[in-house]
This record gives sequence, structure tokens and C-alpha cells, in this order.
Amino acid sequence: MIILDSLTKRYGDFTAVAGIDLEIGEAQIFGLLGPNGAGKTTTLRMIAGILRPDSGRVLVAGHDNVLDPIEARKLLGFVPDRPFVYDKLTGAELLRFSAGLYGLTGPEVEARVDELLELWDLAPWKDQLVESYSHGMRQKLIISSALIHRPRVLVVDEPMVGLDPRSAWLLKDVLRTFAQGGGTALVSTHTLELAESLCDRLAVIDKGRVVASGSIEDLRREARSETAGLEEIFLKITRGATDSEIARVVGD
Amino acid sequence: MAVRREFVLLLTPKVLSARRRGIAGRGRWGRAVMVLGVGAAAWPFIYVTLTRLLRTLRGVEEVGPLLASKLLALGLLVFLGILLLSNLIAALSSFFLSRDLPWIRAAPLDWLSVYLTRLTETLVSSSWMVVLMLVPMLAAYWTVYDGGWTFLALSILAVVPFLIIPAAVGSATTLLLVRLFPARRSKDILGIIAVASVGLVVLLLRVLRPERLVNPESYRNLVDFMAALRGPSSPWLPSQWGADALAGFLQGGFDPFLLVLLWTTALGTVTAGAILHRSLYPACFTRAQEGTENRIQHHAAWKWLERAVSRASLQRQQLVLKDVRIFFRDTTQWSQLIILGVLVVVYVYNIRVLPLSSGEMITRYLITLVVFLNLALSGFVLAAIAARFVFPALSLEGQTLWLLGSAPLEARTILGAKYWVGAVPLTALALILTGFTNYLLGVPAGLAVLSLVSTVALSLAFTAQALTWGVYFPEFESENAAQIPTSIGGLLFMLGAVVTLGCVVGLQIWILREFLMSGLPGREPRDPFMWEVGLALTGTLVCCAFSGILPYRAALRRLDRLDF
Repeated sequence: MIILDSLTKRYGDFTAVAGIDLEIGEAQIFGLLGPNGAGKTTTLRMIAGILRPDSGRVLVAGHDNVLDPIEARKLLGFVPDRPFVYDKLTGAELLRFSAGLYGLTGPEVEARVDELLELWDLAPWKDQLVESYSHGMRQKLIISSALIHRPRVLVVDEPMVGLDPRSAWLLKDVLRTFAQGGGTALVSTHTLELAESLCDRLAVIDKGRVVASGSIEDLRREARSETAGLEEIFLKITRGATDSEIARVVGD
Repeated sequence: MAVRREFVLLLTPKVLSARRRGIAGRGRWGRAVMVLGVGAAAWPFIYVTLTRLLRTLRGVEEVGPLLASKLLALGLLVFLGILLLSNLIAALSSFFLSRDLPWIRAAPLDWLSVYLTRLTETLVSSSWMVVLMLVPMLAAYWTVYDGGWTFLALSILAVVPFLIIPAAVGSATTLLLVRLFPARRSKDILGIIAVASVGLVVLLLRVLRPERLVNPESYRNLVDFMAALRGPSSPWLPSQWGADALAGFLQGGFDPFLLVLLWTTALGTVTAGAILHRSLYPACFTRAQEGTENRIQHHAAWKWLERAVSRASLQRQQLVLKDVRIFFRDTTQWSQLIILGVLVVVYVYNIRVLPLSSGEMITRYLITLVVFLNLALSGFVLAAIAARFVFPALSLEGQTLWLLGSAPLEARTILGAKYWVGAVPLTALALILTGFTNYLLGVPAGLAVLSLVSTVALSLAFTAQALTWGVYFPEFESENAAQIPTSIGGLLFMLGAVVTLGCVVGLQIWILREFLMSGLPGREPRDPFMWEVGLALTGTLVCCAFSGILPYRAALRRLDRLDF
């Protein structure tokens, strides 16, 4: 469903994404892990069509998202890492606007708006300006906006930031149901418990390159530790700070 | 000592950010070429026009030098009004709404260093455009009156306090307004600012009474007229002190007391502002953090608007409705309509008081001239409005641009929606403004059609140009819509628009020169021939199409390649 072919993005002299190759199939949740600044957000933004790659390509259901961007984007729903939306629209207006961008209107959209707002407990806030929403409520609104046109691919950057435990549980359920229905969810996260419990396959990115990918078992083999949890595997692969380094920085 | 250190420290991130905004990123050479290109066209335009005018005035005995100094006083007075208004708006942002304020407030900093840095920010963001306009203006005076290097030093000594005074007064006024009205009632604050600015402009007009200077018959005799010219029009305003100091130096009557007056007033206003800041700012800042308004009222006008755009594609409809909704709900955007109102009122007022009723021949010639002057001035007003409302269109998407970037939208859909949101009200205003002023002037039919079509064509071209500059110089990080037009892109748009306007007016005057001359005393008066009007009309349309379509296409290409 998603193919990344030698995907590269540079910001001046800095290479944020250095030739990533990945293939992500249908009906699965794919996790993208990596330390801060590894290139996860840039990769997701290129898949969503927000950033143009310097070289390489992104194929969404066979559509190149630079050469055939409209068809590729029609299939996608994107949830960014920071929930910036139009503060001066109400929640319902924002969802209607989002549906309109995908060419949807009429009673079906109204029903879908109500359905999504109910799902995320936002119905009482339906006609309130987004500027009065909390961070978590905005996050839920953006997830609703990504789902409004029933996409086949969901690209989600840091989905749990700001969500209360009930909403976090609900999101996991939504993503599972989405994948069971044949959808592809690509999720970038720092929350290793979430990745471990939710994702069918994973890729670890470091310094703009994929350093490991596969199922959790594949990653265990990669890290040469058959019983390790994802946290230990992640630290081994990405060479986390040693205890002595931590003591030196935090200690007196 | 601590205050000085903190002052430098607090300004460092702003200076570094500004420098990096200017030099970093893709296409910086292209931007540099554009900046230099437009600057190279506009500065000489202002300089040459003013130099010619001043040379002509210098040749007129007695009255000439007086008019030259009046002109400087008038220019500085207009700048003072602009500075006061933009400082009021900028202070609201830099003292109360800026994103780094919670961080600054939490740090153990001296109150004075916070005040001085925020005042400096307010001053710089409000004044740089005025300074850029002052350079060719003062250079023209320098050239015509052989000012020498002393004039350069004197200009700096006069201009610096001239900029400080409105910054300190504007910041203190904003502080008092926030004290009176909680910041969550920002509509009230900006409403007060707007009403105050209307009052200020009307007051300035009444104080100066510029119409009397061009209507000597309103004075009892020549002696009265000369006395009015010699006397200061607004002796209590810093603009008059600055103008008198500079013109006095150039014309051999320099009074150093005026410089002392400027500097002591500047220091006095900053001190008074600091005292107010110390006692009021903590409470005012807390008020500014209170909740926001969120109640929505659905007016019948929305239904009308929805019907009006229903023929467009669904995507374009949604984009247009979204932009209009946000505009009327965002105080920093809609409040600028008041400024627009001020501009229109001042403009129509000036047309109304023109002394056109004295002598048959002079009236005929003057009216013909005023038609072109009217076109130039209303074109300038329209350009200023496009800078305020159309130029920020893309910048205002800011951090929500990801939503458009990830949707199945073509660049032409996004740009097209923004174009019509700007072009329709601007064109309507152009028609009203030109139609009404033509009526006041009693313009002949042929010329009326020419000026109406010209302002409409200019509105459409300005909308395209404003969008283009906005796409090339987006201000995605801006915290206040009112500040976006004062960015470098906004200035470049204004300069480009002035050049377009100059071309259109110049072309029309050149084509209709024989008709214009026929209005002079001693010649056979006649109406313009159809072919003359037709040729002028065609030239105008070609000029506007050229200056609108090419930038629009460039904007489309740029938007298509933009990383959102």
C-alpha cells in the first residue's frame, strides 16, 4: 500500500532522511520508531505530500505522490505531531471544511461529523470555537478530521500526545479496527509500550536511515536478544546513553 | 549594568532570528534580486519626483521655500500618524500576545530590561517601513538644498527621537487600554484603538487644514496667506519640530532648541512609559492570559455568502467560506476594516475640499488633472488595502497549512480561492471609491469610464501581485495579522504596486496629453476623442493584465513547490 523508494530529504547541508526504502502492506499497523531528530516526522510529512522529497519517491496504492499527488492524497488521512488547526472555526465547521477538501458534502457528511464527534466525546463542544479546546481535544479533532473521508491509509505522527487514558485506549481500538478493515496505519511514536502492543511491524530510524525493520521478533534477532522488550531492543539499536553518562549529567 | 546585559541578551534571539530569516533558506538569491529590483525602481521614483518638485518650488521666490518646508511637515505628520497607529497594534502583540512572554515572565529579569526590549521590538517592527520611505524623501531635500554631511547627521538626530516618541506613547496607550479592558475583550481594545485612530486622523486634518494652502482665496489677502505658510501648523507635534529643524537648517534658520525639544520629549515619554509599565504591567499581563471568546452567532449574511459561492467547486467553496469566517472572527483581521474606513474617509474628504470652483478655465484644467490624480491616489489606497488584506492570505494559514498540504488540492484551487476572496471586495471598493469621487468632481463621461475601468483593472492586478509577494515572502510565524503587511514582502508589494500604478497613470497622461493641454487658458477646450480614451483604456488593460497574470503564474509555480 505504501512504498518508499530511496526517499531522501535535505535541509541545506543537513540530511534529514537519507535514502529510506520501506514497503508497508495492507491491513496492518506499521510503527516508526527512532530517537528525537531521527527523521520520522520528515518521512511522514513526505508520505502525506506536505514536503517534497529531494530524491526518491513515495507510492501510495501505486500513485506517486509527486507525479500524481491528488490521487495519492485522496487515499490518505494525516494526523500531524502538533495539533494546529483553525482556532476561529468551530469543531463541526472544521470537520465539514475537511470533508469539503475531499469533495464530500451533504447529509452524509453531517452524519459522519456527528458520529466522529460522539466517538471522541466532543459532541458537547461541536459548536464551540477550536480556540477553547484543550490540547487533547484538538488532537481528537484532528484524528476525526483525518478519518472523515474514510481513507485507506492513515499516517499518524505521535498519536498519544495530550490524550487522556480513555482516549488513548480508544485510539488504539480505532487503529486496530481500521487495520482489520483492510486499512494501513503508519504510526510514528516514542511510546514503546504502544508500539509493542499495537504494531504488526516496526522500523527503527536513526540519522535518517532505517537501521532495523520487521516484526518484534525480527527486531529481537537484530538486537541479538531473544527475550528483550522493545525498550531494550530500541536502546541497543540506537545506542542510548550509558549509566555513567547519565550520572555525570544529572549528578552534582 | 544588569539591565544593559539583560537588554542585549533578550534582544539577541530576535536579532538572530531576523538575520536568519533574511539570509537562510532556499531561493535567498532570488529574493535578494527581487528586493534590490523593486527597491531600485521605487526609491529613484520617489527621489526623482520629489527632487523635481523641490527644484521647482525653490525657483519660486518667497512662497517656494515655505511650501517646501510645509511639504516636509505634512510628510512627517502623515508618518507620525502611521507610526502611532502601528505602534499601538505592535505593542499589543509584543507586550501581551507574544509566544515567548510566559517564558520571559518566568525568568528572573529586571522589569526595566523587559520594558526596554519590548519597546525596542515595538519600535523596530512599526518604524522600519517609515524609515525606508524617509530615506529617498530626505535625500531629495539634501540634494536640492545642498545639505552637506551635517544634514545627514542632523537627520539622524531628528529622526531617532521622532521614532521613539510614538513608540513610547503607543506602548503606554496599549498598556492603559489593557488595564481598562481585559485582553480577552480584545475586540473592545482594538475598537478603542480604531476609534482613537479615526479621531486622531480627523484631528490632524483639522489642525493642518491642508486645503487652505491650495486655496489662497480663503485668506483675506496675500499677507495672511504668507503668514499662514510661515507659521507652524501644529506647534505641539514632534513632526513639526523635526520638519522645522531640518527645513530650518537647509534654508538658513536652524534652531537647535527644536532638537533639544525632540530628545527631551523622547526621553520623557520613555520614562513615563517605564513608570507606567512598572506599576501596571504585571496586572495587565495576567488579564491578558484570561480565556477567549468562543460564542458563535450565525447571521443571515452567511446564508447569502453560501449561496453566492455555490457555483464554485466544492473545494473552492469551502476554502472561501473558511477564509471569510476566520476573517470576521479574528479581531486582528477584522479590526483592520476600521483602518480601511479611515483611509476612505480621509480620501473622500480630501477630494471634497479640493478648491475647484474658482474660475472657469482653471476649473476645467484642474478637474482633468484631478481625474488622473484621483486615479493615482485611489490606486494607492487600493494597493494599501491589498497589502493589509490580500498579502497576508497565505501567511495566515501559518501552522495549519499541513491541512491544505495533505488534502487532494491543486495549488490553483488554493490560490484561486484566495484570489477571489481578495479581489471581489477590493474591486467593489474600487468601483464605489472612484464612482463617488468622480461624481463629486463632475467628471465627463469618457474620462469617468476610463477611470472606473482603470481602478477595477488595477484592483485585479494588485490582488494578484499581493498574493504573489505573500507566497514568495510568507510570514508563517507571525503572531498578529496586522503585522504581516509590515514585513519585507509587504513593502516589496507596495513598491511594485506603486511602479504599476506609475506606469498606468503615466501611460494615460501620455496618450491623452493633447486633450490635457487643451484645458489650459488660451487654448480651444475640447472633450477627449473616443480613440484617445479607447487607446488609453487598451493600454491600461494590457499593462494591468501583464502585471497581474505573470506574477499570478509565478505564485502558482511557487506554491506548487512549497514545502508546507
